[in-house]
Amino acid sequence: MIRHAGARAFQGLVVLLAASFAIYMLLGLMPGDPIDLMASGNPLITPDDMRRLRELHGLDRPLSARYLEWLSALLHGDLGYSRIFSKPVLATVGPYLANTAALMLAAFALALAIGLPLGLLAAARRGGALDAAINAFAFVSAAIPTFWLGLLLIVLFAVLLGWLPASALPPPGSDGFWDHAKALVLPVATLAIVEAGEYARHMRAAASEALAQDWVRTARAKGASERRVLLHHVLRNALVPVATVAALGFGGLFSGALVTETIFAYPGMGKLIYDAILASDFNLALACLLMAAFLVIAANFAADLVYAALDPRVGSGSGDES
Amino acid sequence: MVARARRRRRHEEGSVSPAMRALATLAAALLALVGPAHAQVRDTLTIGITQFPATLHPMIDSMAAKTYVLHMARRPLTTYDKDWKLVCLICVELPTFENGGARRVTLPDGKEGAEVTFRIQADAKWGDGRPVVAKDAILAWDVGRHPRSGVASGEGYRRILKVEAPDEKTVVFTNDRVTFSYNDFSQFDLLPEHVERARFETDPETYKRRTAFDTEPTNPALFNGPYRIAGVQPGASITLEPNAHWAGTKPHFSRIVVRVIENTAALEANLLSGSIDYVAGELGFTLDQALALEKRQGQRFNFEYVPSLLYEHVDLNLDIPAFKDRRVRQALLLALDREALVRQLFEGKQPVARSFVNPRDSIYAADTPAYSFDLARAQALLDAAGYDKVVNGVRQNAGGDRLSFEFGTTAGNRIRETVQQVLQSQWKRAGVEVRIRNEPARVYFGETLRQRRFQMAMYAWFSSPEAVPRTTLHSESIPTEANGWAGQNQPGLADAAMDADIDAVERELDATARKAIWARMQKRYAEEAWVLPLYYRSDPFVVPKWLAGIEPTGHQYYSTLRVEHWRPR
Repeated sequence: MIRHAGARAFQGLVVLLAASFAIYMLLGLMPGDPIDLMASGNPLITPDDMRRLRELHGLDRPLSARYLEWLSALLHGDLGYSRIFSKPVLATVGPYLANTAALMLAAFALALAIGLPLGLLAAARRGGALDAAINAFAFVSAAIPTFWLGLLLIVLFAVLLGWLPASALPPPGSDGFWDHAKALVLPVATLAIVEAGEYARHMRAAASEALAQDWVRTARAKGASERRVLLHHVLRNALVPVATVAALGFGGLFSGALVTETIFAYPGMGKLIYDAILASDFNLALACLLMAAFLVIAANFAADLVYAALDPRVGSGSGDES
Repeated sequence: MVARARRRRRHEEGSVSPAMRALATLAAALLALVGPAHAQVRDTLTIGITQFPATLHPMIDSMAAKTYVLHMARRPLTTYDKDWKLVCLICVELPTFENGGARRVTLPDGKEGAEVTFRIQADAKWGDGRPVVAKDAILAWDVGRHPRSGVASGEGYRRILKVEAPDEKTVVFTNDRVTFSYNDFSQFDLLPEHVERARFETDPETYKRRTAFDTEPTNPALFNGPYRIAGVQPGASITLEPNAHWAGTKPHFSRIVVRVIENTAALEANLLSGSIDYVAGELGFTLDQALALEKRQGQRFNFEYVPSLLYEHVDLNLDIPAFKDRRVRQALLLALDREALVRQLFEGKQPVARSFVNPRDSIYAADTPAYSFDLARAQALLDAAGYDKVVNGVRQNAGGDRLSFEFGTTAGNRIRETVQQVLQSQWKRAGVEVRIRNEPARVYFGETLRQRRFQMAMYAWFSSPEAVPRTTLHSESIPTEANGWAGQNQPGLADAAMDADIDAVERELDATARKAIWARMQKRYAEEAWVLPLYYRSDPFVVPKWLAGIEPTGHQYYSTLRVEHWRPR
């Protein structure tokens, strides 16, 4: 197991290195540079200024040289400075990461809390009205555009009813927990509703398959109640494929949700990455994207472990391969 | 019967009159109590804008959001007021040659320069109580002219050869030339010497990373305006509170929160839900959104549309043979019904442009030739230019060259894309085909325009009052591979007369003579039609009925420079 984990960690490092190279090169291949964009908004910037600024920010040097320099600094633990924020990258990312963590973890938990029971319930009542209703919810939630749902919730709960704030951050000065929690309700609901449908569909499929197995029939024959069959026998087995989906989703959490963040004026990682890429802030974009890549790799690794915990055959290497 | 009823009503009125009076007195007392309380509710103003400033250092990088916020907290020596006149802000009197505040001097190299003396107001102080002094100007000059300090536009600082401080409150600038804008120091930002000098001198190259404006942005010593920054929520909001050492008009609001909501639909929802009070005209709604909102919520807010210095136009690539012919260029303009366009799309809120000079600018020449829609004349001009044969609706000349061009703008900009379609259909009637080819802003500005790889391009130029168009119209500013594609003269205009006028107008101090040169430039620009003027963009201000004192300027010295006069009605 330790050898396996070590191999996976090494693979992860290689993937991260390759990702950093690919991201750097792709950013470099983007047309235009930030100094052009700066000049387009400031008529006072002269051609001499543009040359000076390109040289100052190293934009006149070959891309490969800049990448090697960045890599060398990284090996010394230095992620560099964000050009657009004039701050160390880590100090820039910190508040955005914290915001994203609060939003996405809450949405992830809520989506699981809604999606998994609904999926299980739909499988248990397969073919019935409840199943049809849950399926309809799942498909509608998957099809609904996030920005539209977000605006709809804002108009309903913030503009018409006035129950909740339209922004995901409370106004400065309202720093209590409840102020923050209240402000997060709408964005969390927006993200959770969209995600919950997907989890419900996966759960329904996995639970339906489990319900058709012999051991479920055996459990019922032994007199287990339907509730016990569902919660103790079906749920655990159905969670194996759902865990993979959830782990992949979790890995993507920290790259943020650009649309939701924009609609709810929430400074999170999605918006930060978007701004960093548009402004060609290489250090910042790389740090954010590598962080997201690292979390995807880590989440996959965690999914392997969860898999093994849920299905002992995976960990022991035994099992029916037919 | 009716008379009896009237009498009864009078009687009843008379009988309850004392009670009503008592109630009225009570109500008045309550209102008197509620009134101030209501006013206290209005002691916080929340403004919505669509951009968050990346850095708060006034000289590093240029960003509208930063300027908007810092205008509340910092005051430059001079500025342009709402009437577009140069005025003193933190100085005592605007120095001029006439009042002796400025004088011509001979520079060591024998050329003529200008020595300009400013007296800083005696009671001007930073937020920590330290006086604003001449040394603050010297530090700003040191930072601004240093090639590696990261200042975006260094030209203005480099044109100053010397800054001296004969006493604490007097600062003398020696400019390397005599220009009409010798006393315009609106872009010159003072830096608190006692806070920033040591940070700068430690290492000028890394100063931009260690400046207190970004490492401790709530340090009151950084601000000399009516407000100081009291809190920053990265990416979300900036809170301002009154500067205790501000000696000018006392601002009303005890707190101003500038909230950043980039999505304009969400911005509108926040305004309607009361999460924000006011949407900044300079950085808020798009015009079409404001027009739609006015129709639905006109009773809740005051709407004001202020034409700004953003000049929307179509560039013609003058390297293209057809565009070298003035008759073709003029015909393109005559074929456009721009009056109908602004009337239909913008309800007339964005005035049709005649040239690069805004009618609100003092240098505007009212007799600049105007091109009213005249399809017959446009067709006649195209015939005269040799494009007299129409094949499949498109004109071509004897050599088979068709009047068919690619027409680009920024993809995703709804207003521009709509305007583009209108222009396309209007030109089609004249036998000119334009094929729309839009690109994302980054590609469009970063590659296509920069390297002049376009045929027709629609975008906006931004300037300032009486701005010399050296970077946009002088031949030295044509981007080429040799100069690293630097410069903003994208059409490729190389006209000796225009170059000469640009050089001359900069050095002409006599206002009347200068105005004559400006008029000549505008006339030539319009007659030659090197660029097709469309309209001046307007900033839509959506102000709550209760808020007074906001004076939109239309230029880059925003309304927030007079924030101390904002107050509830």
